[in-house]
Amino acid sequence: MAGVGQLHLGTPFLPSASIRGRSSGGGGSRRLTTRIQAKIREIFMPALSSTMTEGKIVSWVRAEGDKLSKGESVVVVESDKADMDVETFYDGYLAAIMVEEGDVAAVGSAIALLAETEDEIPLAKSQASSSSSPAASPRAAETPVPPSPSETAPEAVSSPPPSPKSSQAAVSSTHPASESGRRIVATPYAKKLAKDLKVELGSVAGSGPMGRIVAKDVEAAAAVAAAAAPVSSVPPKSISDSAAVKAPASPAIQLGTVVPFTTMQGAVSKNMVESLSVPTFRVGYTITTDALDSLYKKIKSKGVTMTALLAKATALALTKHPVVNSSCRDGKSFTYNSSINIAVAVAIDGGLITPVLQDADKVDIYSLSRKWKELVDKARAKQLQPHEYNNGTFTLSNLGMFGVDRFDAILPPGTGAIMAVGASQPSVVATKDGRIGVKSQMQVNVTADHRVIYGADLAAFLQTLAKIIEDPKELTL
Amino acid sequence: MQASLSLPPAAPRSDPGPAVFRRSAFRFCGLRREALGLRSLRPAGSTRIFRSPARTPSRKTVTAVSGNGIGSLSKGFDYDLVIIGAGVGGHGAALHAVEKGLKTAIIEGDIVGGTCVNRGCVPSKALLAVSGRMRELQNEHHLNALGLQVSSPGYDRQGVADHANNLASKIRNNLTNSLKALGVDILTGVGTIADTQKVTYGKVGFPDTEITARDIIIATGSVPFVPTGIEVDGKTVFTSDHALKLEWVPEWIAIVGSGYIGLEFSDVYTALGSEVTFVEALDQLMPGFDPEIGKLAQRVLINPRKIDYHTGVFAKKITPAKDGKPVLIELIDAKTKEPKYTLEVDAALIATGRAPFTKGLGLENINVVTQRGFVPVNERMQVIDASGNLIPHLYCIGDANGKMMLAHAASAQGISVVEQIGGTDNVLNHLSIPAACFTHPEISMVGMTEPQAREKAQQEGFEVSVAKTSFKANTKALAENEGEGLAKLIYRPDTGEILGVHILGMHAADLIHEASNAIALGTRVQDIKFAVHAHPTLSEVLDELFKSAEVNTGVSPPSVNEPVTV
Repeated sequence: MAGVGQLHLGTPFLPSASIRGRSSGGGGSRRLTTRIQAKIREIFMPALSSTMTEGKIVSWVRAEGDKLSKGESVVVVESDKADMDVETFYDGYLAAIMVEEGDVAAVGSAIALLAETEDEIPLAKSQASSSSSPAASPRAAETPVPPSPSETAPEAVSSPPPSPKSSQAAVSSTHPASESGRRIVATPYAKKLAKDLKVELGSVAGSGPMGRIVAKDVEAAAAVAAAAAPVSSVPPKSISDSAAVKAPASPAIQLGTVVPFTTMQGAVSKNMVESLSVPTFRVGYTITTDALDSLYKKIKSKGVTMTALLAKATALALTKHPVVNSSCRDGKSFTYNSSINIAVAVAIDGGLITPVLQDADKVDIYSLSRKWKELVDKARAKQLQPHEYNNGTFTLSNLGMFGVDRFDAILPPGTGAIMAVGASQPSVVATKDGRIGVKSQMQVNVTADHRVIYGADLAAFLQTLAKIIEDPKELTL
Repeated sequence: MQASLSLPPAAPRSDPGPAVFRRSAFRFCGLRREALGLRSLRPAGSTRIFRSPARTPSRKTVTAVSGNGIGSLSKGFDYDLVIIGAGVGGHGAALHAVEKGLKTAIIEGDIVGGTCVNRGCVPSKALLAVSGRMRELQNEHHLNALGLQVSSPGYDRQGVADHANNLASKIRNNLTNSLKALGVDILTGVGTIADTQKVTYGKVGFPDTEITARDIIIATGSVPFVPTGIEVDGKTVFTSDHALKLEWVPEWIAIVGSGYIGLEFSDVYTALGSEVTFVEALDQLMPGFDPEIGKLAQRVLINPRKIDYHTGVFAKKITPAKDGKPVLIELIDAKTKEPKYTLEVDAALIATGRAPFTKGLGLENINVVTQRGFVPVNERMQVIDASGNLIPHLYCIGDANGKMMLAHAASAQGISVVEQIGGTDNVLNHLSIPAACFTHPEISMVGMTEPQAREKAQQEGFEVSVAKTSFKANTKALAENEGEGLAKLIYRPDTGEILGVHILGMHAADLIHEASNAIALGTRVQDIKFAVHAHPTLSEVLDELFKSAEVNTGVSPPSVNEPVTV
């Protein structure tokens, strides 16, 4: 059995080409010939057994910045058979750890950088961050790290070394600390998640007992951050532009690649699969919007948006049909929700989020419009707090702006109904008095949980909604 | 016999300096060193348990009394043997005493079974059995790998609590019945030593009944140790006594102390959905374990779970939850005493060890001064008085003497004492007593840790070798998809003597006995490696472990067994 405590391995610390000494030589020039000039060496995942293809970093014995002497244990690696200490064959400083504890790396891939002098630590760090940034997601570590160490172009040397925390800093800079001076109370799992998901706890609002931060707060914050990240991706992108020449400068999609889910995509996927357990049905309705359109034109200058008008109309209709605003969570009972909170789906890069207009039936249309603008701004700046996007009782999804005339929405688990709103289009209609006229009409299609909401409920609700929209004076009351 | 939850108290709170901590952290080793110091290592093949026909000089008095032989021992006395305390130690001693023909009584002021059966290992095993299953059912990844599909497992807290309680009463009844069936008198009341060979007992406030006994064994056990500054209300701040009743499952619980008790409870609570914060006074978690095992345990039992920890800190003050406020735990640096942090949690479990229960024993009547509550004894469990002399006819076993705070150690000590009373000298080899922690996976150990072995090796000038095997290479473990684990053998390459074995992995607590028996019987690595293990079983982890050891001598020359043809 390979129960050896210490292993002497020549391979893990093959000297990499020094940045300075790097000539026009191709990828294969990393040889001992450059060793004299080599200042930054790569530490590779060693092959600890003949069958080992990848290794898991059990623990880093030494920390970044530590001075290492030849023969000292640096890292503990778990192979398919046992755990082994791996020692360095060179003196130097552990400059940058590229594969964190608990993550997996393929045999031969770089797991850390060793700088010969202290001065070179920042340089090594920049080298490390440029090569590890494409796989920044902690879960991405499940996929093997590419075996060839990233090649750092000369430009990287001159660029200021980006702190490895830069992406995190970008997140937290847009998250004002919840309350300055107050210490953070977070549960153990919340802390662990925050570390894994790279969420700054100071920016998370706690929803647990006594305002403590619990796991779901962190997950929610990570989902918001992930959703908003592409929007504010300007600073991180500039870093990758300057530091990693090989990394694609544009976020163009590489065809044929397999991309692991982002946190948000993972959450959406989970929710969507979960939605399959709810028996849903759909009821559609065509609503004439001429009156609504003219009202909109009239009060548009006061900052009123169409979304707010639709939300308001829906909320008013819901007051008369509380069952459509109910929700069934356990399959045994259902809740008549005490308030009418209209969630409105908003597409953002990399996903979608549903900011919630709370008490939409009670708030006047002008405040509602202001609130909506604020929520959208917050969503774009990934500042939405969990209570601003996860307590909707009825969801609106509108694809009308794309010219879509009708579609079908999936019911988000935990709510009773969702309404898909199509574009309002001029249509030729026959009126009851036998004439033919042109009217603007839109089609709405409601998906509902048939365990609690029945066909007649939806039909009645849609009739009420149509009446409100076709005679919208109630909306401005 | 179940392994006890007991661990000596982490440290006296009055003087929690680092030095004291280091000492108490090595309580096991302290006693081991003592046991080791008694004799040099025996030559190969000799037994580890001493059975000398001749009595030692210190036992002359007893020899005089017991000279008439078994059967007439109780002449002039009410009983041959009176045991104070009906825990596992007292029970084990009583059973053996009856076997030896001694007229025996056992005094119990509370309920039969003591800590282990009522408030320790037994109910905790019930909770751990539940937590182990919950953990399996919740591990979707693991289940999928086995091809199993289980949807939303849940538990009924009261049902779990009842299981623990029912198990305790069942074992308690078994214990009581076995004592009664054997004719042991169970005397109810608090036992006090009135004089040499004289015990009084009775309920508090009632006239005491006095009985005489030729020999007396103190087996009063221990209670949870609660450091000063910690206010235990039994609801939000509690000890293992309350926790085992599982009256509620807090969302977030701080566990003060990361020894066996703390670790086992962290296993229970996290499986039932709690999040756990450890508070440990030493610089690392699980200070009693072999460092390598501790490291692996942290990786397997702490890091992947909803657990965080503060090490090198004391809980200076713990205030139970009241008036809408959570439980407040003020942490100070263990060395500098500077305030470090305040935890706000739903509950706190105090698992800082156990304190001997020796109050009211009347030790002052016989000039015995306890050391931090423990009754001082020699290696034969004979009680030592304030002037350093042995008190005739008085023994102390189990948690009350603090040598090794494990239920089965108490029982073994009791049996050893009864052997001596019966005229056979006997010194228990504590190094052969296994210990186990019933987490998932389990941890078990016997003998010395690697640092202890290396220290001893340096002092005595011998070589130490270490062999290791992984559960990853074991067929049965892989079939169960439980490849996480390690077995470690510490041995002398020159003689093949087994110094210690440590196991972390599936069913480790059951696997350790092959090693503990080998140590107890003095079996050498080069001999045991030829023993056959059924395939495929987890025991092959040990088989491979013994086989991977490199011993420089051949098979021990005088073969015990002649080959037999069948």
